[in-house]
Amino acid sequence: MPLEAREVSFRYGRGEWVLRRASLSVCAGEVVGLRGESGSGKTTFARVIAGYLRPQEGEVYLDGAPLPRHCYNPVQLMHQHPEKAVNPRWRMRDTLAEAWDVDDATLDALGVDASWLGRWPNELSGGELQRICLARALSPRTRYLIADEITTMLDAVTQAQIWKAILVRVRESGLGVLAVSHDRSLLERVADRVVDVEEIAAAR
Amino acid sequence: MDGEKESLMERVVMVEEDVMLPGMNAASEEAARSEEDLFPDVRETLLEVKDLAISFVQYSKGLRQRTVSPIVDLNLIVDVGEVVAVVGESGSGKSLLAHSILGILPSNARVTGEINYDGRALTPERVKELRGREITFVPQSVQFLNPLMRVGAQIPAKGKDKRERKKKVRSVFERYRLPAGTEKKFPYQLSGGMARRVLVASATVGGARLIVADEPTPGLDEAAIREALGHLRELADEGRAVMLISHDLEQALGISDRVAVFYAGTTLEEARADDFNGDGCDLRHPYTRALWKALPSNGFLAIPGNQPTPDNLPPGCLFSPRCQMATEECFSVKPHKRDLRGGWVRCHHAA
Ligand code: SF4
Repeated sequence: MPLEAREVSFRYGRGEWVLRRASLSVCAGEVVGLRGESGSGKTTFARVIAGYLRPQEGEVYLDGAPLPRHCYNPVQLMHQHPEKAVNPRWRMRDTLAEAWDVDDATLDALGVDASWLGRWPNELSGGELQRICLARALSPRTRYLIADEITTMLDAVTQAQIWKAILVRVRESGLGVLAVSHDRSLLERVADRVVDVEEIAAAR
Repeated sequence: MDGEKESLMERVVMVEEDVMLPGMNAASEEAARSEEDLFPDVRETLLEVKDLAISFVQYSKGLRQRTVSPIVDLNLIVDVGEVVAVVGESGSGKSLLAHSILGILPSNARVTGEINYDGRALTPERVKELRGREITFVPQSVQFLNPLMRVGAQIPAKGKDKRERKKKVRSVFERYRLPAGTEKKFPYQLSGGMARRVLVASATVGGARLIVADEPTPGLDEAAIREALGHLRELADEGRAVMLISHDLEQALGISDRVAVFYAGTTLEEARADDFNGDGCDLRHPYTRALWKALPSNGFLAIPGNQPTPDNLPPGCLFSPRCQMATEECFSVKPHKRDLRGGWVRCHHAA
């Protein structure tokens, strides 16, 4: 059962169109790589397909029905700066608890050290924080992960660790992933297929 | 003004010393010369960081006191004409090192070890004198620019009058292909690539000798990244020294001469850029090798475990909890820095 963006168009206010009739689908258990330079509209597309931005035209479908808007979103979005995605006044434990009752198996799989849970966001490094965000996103109800440049600011070892953990979830529980990045060699490593952001828009 | 004269003098003295060391006779002079033919680039060290350690005492609730040591054992040398990359993951001490070189550490920092610039200790007074002139900073974020000020006015160019100042700004902008009229723009009106060029222009307008660049490429597209890095290389090639802080090893290797690998506040290895090749046999430290082999284009191998946090450092080798080569000694005895194959390493078992 796929996650599908059908001919979505988006612009901010009355500005120029950032996306014009863009279509892409991701299946359960599939990793699709979306490549593009900065400013190419790939981040906007990621937000639209995750349901964070409502397209002015077109629609995003999950299992053939429009994305649910008022209950838990099974499509979770992660981005480049984890420090902007957590409440600075909450300890990590509370940040996780708000989302779901994160189990030890998930924490282990993501290499989250138990000692991090009692810390504040500013006491953790970017890589540590990003793993906390990943644990938060991967609740059992999450079926798709939209990963927008999530390892761009991280070193190679941490990047490989995070992607290995995601790929295990893909294989074992059929998580579908849209991996958005400027980095072609990364996408070739993690994705079953790679498309360029220019290719997904309908021909003018 | 005085500071500039003084360091100019020092430069002259250093050059003289290079030419004729005391006790040199004709034969050794000749030997030195032929050695120079073999090693044409004689090192002229501009920045030397020696066994630097920085700690903070933190008071948490109930006045419990604890010490965190984000920097434990940093060593780094940057020579004239070189780009030296500082790589490592976030939290390894890269940015804190930049802050200490620029003299902008918080006042409660406890610092031991040495930072020498141009052969002399870089004291707080001296760094105040040099910062923004001989020692400049290319920041990570364009947010460093004042958003309410036109960019031309933010370039620290000096001139005897307004016209001369303007001319200087124009000429450095021209060098970085910033079109006429850029001076009058506000930061938000610049593209990412142009803003980067403004930052480089700003760091080089006053004749800087040491340029510290902190992650100078995030958010840029490939062409702009190539350009930004190319500018740093150029600056080194014209006789300045560049310290490039980066989490992106692959990018850094493209323009550096040497690479210092940081981990949990310690320099684990200093390697030559071309030691990073093949399956990493020329590298000295197991962590450096892990970093190399984790690149998507090399193997995408992920070693387990995490970098230790600064309030909970392991007693022996910092990498021992994750190292496959670790022996008993590694868990209790800190490895000292030792020279190895044209670089150096902190590892008991590196060969
Ligand atoms: S000192 Fe021991 S534990 Fe540390 S890197 Fe070397 S072999 Fe590994």
